[in-house]
Formats: sequence, C-alpha cells, structure tokens
Amino acid sequence: MNEEQLRNELQNKEKEIQRLKKLLDESAKLLTVPENDLQKQKEKSETLSKEDISRYSRQLILHDFGVKGQIAVKNTNVLIVGAGGLGCPAAIYLAAAGIGRLGVIDYDEVELSNLHRQILHTVDRVGLSKSVSVVHSCCRLNPSTEYVPYHLQLDSSNALRIIESYDIILDATDNVATRYLLNDACVLAGKPLVSGSALRFEGQLTVYHHDGGPCYRCLYPQPPPSEAVTNCSEGGVLGVVPGIIGSLQALEAIKIATGIGTSFSQKLLMFDALDGTFRTVKLRPRCKSCLVCGENPTISQLIDYEQFCGAKATDKDHKLHILERSQRISAKEYSEMVNNKKPHVLVDVRPAIELDICQLPHPMINIPFTSLSRNITEVKDQLLLKLKELSSDDFHNYTVPVVCVCRRGNDSQLAVQQLMKILADDKVKVIDIKGGLHSWSKHVDSNFPIY
Amino acid sequence: MPNLASFITNNSMLGGGAELLCGNVKKHNITLPKQDEKWLIKDLLIWIQKNIIKERPELFLQGNTVRPGILVLINDADWELMGELDYELEDNDRIIFISTLHGG
Ligand SMILES: [Zn+2]
Repeated sequence: MNEEQLRNELQNKEKEIQRLKKLLDESAKLLTVPENDLQKQKEKSETLSKEDISRYSRQLILHDFGVKGQIAVKNTNVLIVGAGGLGCPAAIYLAAAGIGRLGVIDYDEVELSNLHRQILHTVDRVGLSKSVSVVHSCCRLNPSTEYVPYHLQLDSSNALRIIESYDIILDATDNVATRYLLNDACVLAGKPLVSGSALRFEGQLTVYHHDGGPCYRCLYPQPPPSEAVTNCSEGGVLGVVPGIIGSLQALEAIKIATGIGTSFSQKLLMFDALDGTFRTVKLRPRCKSCLVCGENPTISQLIDYEQFCGAKATDKDHKLHILERSQRISAKEYSEMVNNKKPHVLVDVRPAIELDICQLPHPMINIPFTSLSRNITEVKDQLLLKLKELSSDDFHNYTVPVVCVCRRGNDSQLAVQQLMKILADDKVKVIDIKGGLHSWSKHVDSNFPIY
Repeated sequence: MPNLASFITNNSMLGGGAELLCGNVKKHNITLPKQDEKWLIKDLLIWIQKNIIKERPELFLQGNTVRPGILVLINDADWELMGELDYELEDNDRIIFISTLHGG
C-alpha cells in the first residue's frame, strides 16, 4: 500500500470508529425498563390525556373502537419475538396505535442484507442490536409507549419469565425451533400467540391458543424434516411480503386487545403476492390429544426445541462438513489455479437466477445442484465433452479436475458427491471450493459481492 | 363416475428450486381414472406421488400420509374436519397442499 492508500484506509477506520461510538451512545441513551419493574403490575389507565386525544383522534371516532378501545390498547402489553421483516412493521404499527408496553426480542444485529425488508433499521445502525434499533425507530414515532428491547436468544430457560409480563405475543421469528418454543410457552403461560411467516412471494397468518382455538402443535404435532425447511437467506423473500403479514399481525393484536372483530383463531390466512390473492381457510379445532394444550398434556415445562426439531433456533446457515480435506481447495488455492492457467472444468452449482449477481473470473458450466439428480445423463455427457476438450490424454483418462463452486460451500460439497457417483467410471477428480463465493470475496477479491 | 378434481400447491411446497412437482406447476386439473369404489384422499395421495411427483417423494409423503409440515385443505377446510385420509372425493373438489412457512 502506498502512503495515500494508507491515509484513506485510516480515514475509513476513523469514520467506522465514530459510527460505532455513536451506536454505543444510542444504546446507552435508550430508556429501558429495569426487569424488576416489568414484574410489577402496571397501573391501569382509565382515562386519556389531552395529547392522547389529539394523537389518536382518528381512531377514537371509530365506531366500535372509541375511547374504550384506545384505553384498552393503552393497557395492553405486547411482546414481539423477532425484530426482522415481520417484527418491524408489526412494531411500528403497534407503537403508532399507542400500545402500552412493547417488548422486542432479537439476538441478532443489523446487517445490510436485512434492510430491504426490515424497514425500521437504518444504514448507520449496521452492527447495532436489532431490538434496540426497532425500539429507537418506534420511540421517535411515539415516545409515550414503554419500550423494552431484549438483545437475547429466546430459549427454554428465559421464555416463560419474559412472556409473563405481556398480554399478547407476536411470533415474528424465522425458524421452526423458536416457533415450537413460543407456542408451548404461550400455552403454558395462557397467552394468545399471533403467528406470521413469509417466504419468497408468500405469507401466512394464524392466531394460536386464543378463543378456545388450536395451538401450533394441534396443527403440526411433528416438526417438518429439516431438509424441507427453507429460510429467507436461502429461499429469498420479496421485502414487502413480510411487510404485509407483519402489519396484519399488529392488526390482530389490536383486535384482540380491544375485543373487536373476529380473530384468525382456528383460521389460516394465506397470502400469495404473485397471484394477488388472500385466502382464508378453516382449521381443525383444538386437538384433545395435543401434547401441550390437550386434555392430558405431557409437556408441562419447556423442552429442548433444537433437539425436538433437529434444527438450530436461528436462520443462520450452518456449514456442512462432508468432504475430505483432499477433495477441497481453498479460494486462495483456486485463485492460484486460475492465475497459473491450470486447466480445469469449473462447475457453478447455483440456481441460474443467481449467476447474474456475480460469477468467478473463469468460464464455467452452470449445473444447478437442485436439478443435478434429474439430469444425470445430460450432465455426464456435458462434463465428459468438456473434459475431453481440455485433456490431452486419450479417452477415459482425463487429466483435468472438475471444480464445483456455490454461494457458501454447502451445495458444492453435495454436488461433488453426486458428480463422483455420476463419473465413477471415468476416473475424474472432482473437488469443491471451500466456503464458496463468500470465501472468494473474503480471501481473494474483496470487491467481489456477497449476497 | 368420473372424478374431476383439481389440486393446488403453494410455491413453498414446490421447494427451493428442488421442484417437487413436475415443471414447477402450481395448479393441476386432474381426471382420476374410473374405479368401482369411490376415490378416497389416501388413494389420491398415492396417485399424485406416482403420477406427478418427480423427485424426492419423501418430501411429499411419509408412510401413507403427507409429511409433517404439509397441511391438506379440501375445499378450503382443514382435511381433519373432513375425515382426513378417508374423505371421499367428489367431482370438482379442490384439494390444496400447503407447506407451512417459517421465514420472517
Ligand atoms: Zn395444542
């Protein structure tokens, strides 16, 4: 690095330090309620202040809602679990509506890739706790609500204690294990659970354990196999889709708080953004044999939900370790291969749609992992043709390797396994790039985009 | 009697690129082959598995029923309200298989 580059680097680092200091100040400045105070029964309001009346005037004049409804909202405490795509719109509407106390739980920090859907966070809060960030934004809209950010992972050891201080719980989480945990905790604590979810172009909404209706377990006594579960970081999600479902969760919480309208108890709302349809279907009633809310429940305290679901209680990707060390190369080693013009066949196993985002600087064949097993013959022909082109030796003695790559280095390992089977008779070396494109960006080319 | 039925899946049942159903088609209008007895949902499941599902059948059926996490709706009602596996299909029934979503 020359002097100028160093100076620039220093300047950037100083900016980052300033930003982090500001974040720290903001976190400290935030008014939070000591946990002991939460346990105390809050005094119920029976009237509205002059400011309340102006602020909420447009809903005070609503037939069926009125002052009575507003006071009910003011006396209701709502806990939102998950400060993400669902939690943000839910939180801001509940804050705006004048909910008494709003608790927000999230273990995670704000990342740039959250901002297209998690609309209460901001660019300058990247790295800040999501729960604190949501509370900041809500506080600016309506400082009269009491806010409690929880920067923690909800688990069996803390769920019941936290839930106790709230009247209505919103499930705005992103994983199966936490959904079962929240369900059981809400049944045991006797709280209604307003559950939302979203993925790709679709959303779902149900109210559990309310009005004599079923709980999540009544519907899904067994967790889904983990390979059938897709999260937003794998499957993608259009930002506005959780926005719509999260807003509906806020609406349901307000309706439950004020006792107006009908709830989505024993009903499932399915939203299909592409078709532009909302479909509401009738669900089964509470199940007598349900392990947690049935007649003879066997779950009387919270269990280990990660074990029960065979999946982690986060939507962070876990790294697979399938291949031997000899079947893998690092991104650095691969960059040397490219630089030294070492012949090889590069197979990018990502879905075709992702190729437009970024690609390695070497010609490649795209064989999406998901369609690999469907097209074995074509894949084999395609690869052998390419190998033959590049190998100087005669047929059936290919000297160049096949290198698989994907976004993060999981699918590429599975692809290596499959390709080795497909090419078993042809003595081809098949390897993958450890850590995929993420590693390439981290260790070889810092300008390479990460998604 | 002919059994005309349609069944619909949501995008998520089609899976993240690993399309469970042929050609990524969400809506299927089907005519079931004639048989002496009435078609039951459990027969339909097997028929779909044989005729429509192209790969990873274990992500649709486990044993004789749908895998955990798939909800079956018969004409917009939970199939449990309708007799579940033993429901007798009527003409023009609409069967929906939904995979529950977990993202947020
Ligand atoms: Zn139950």
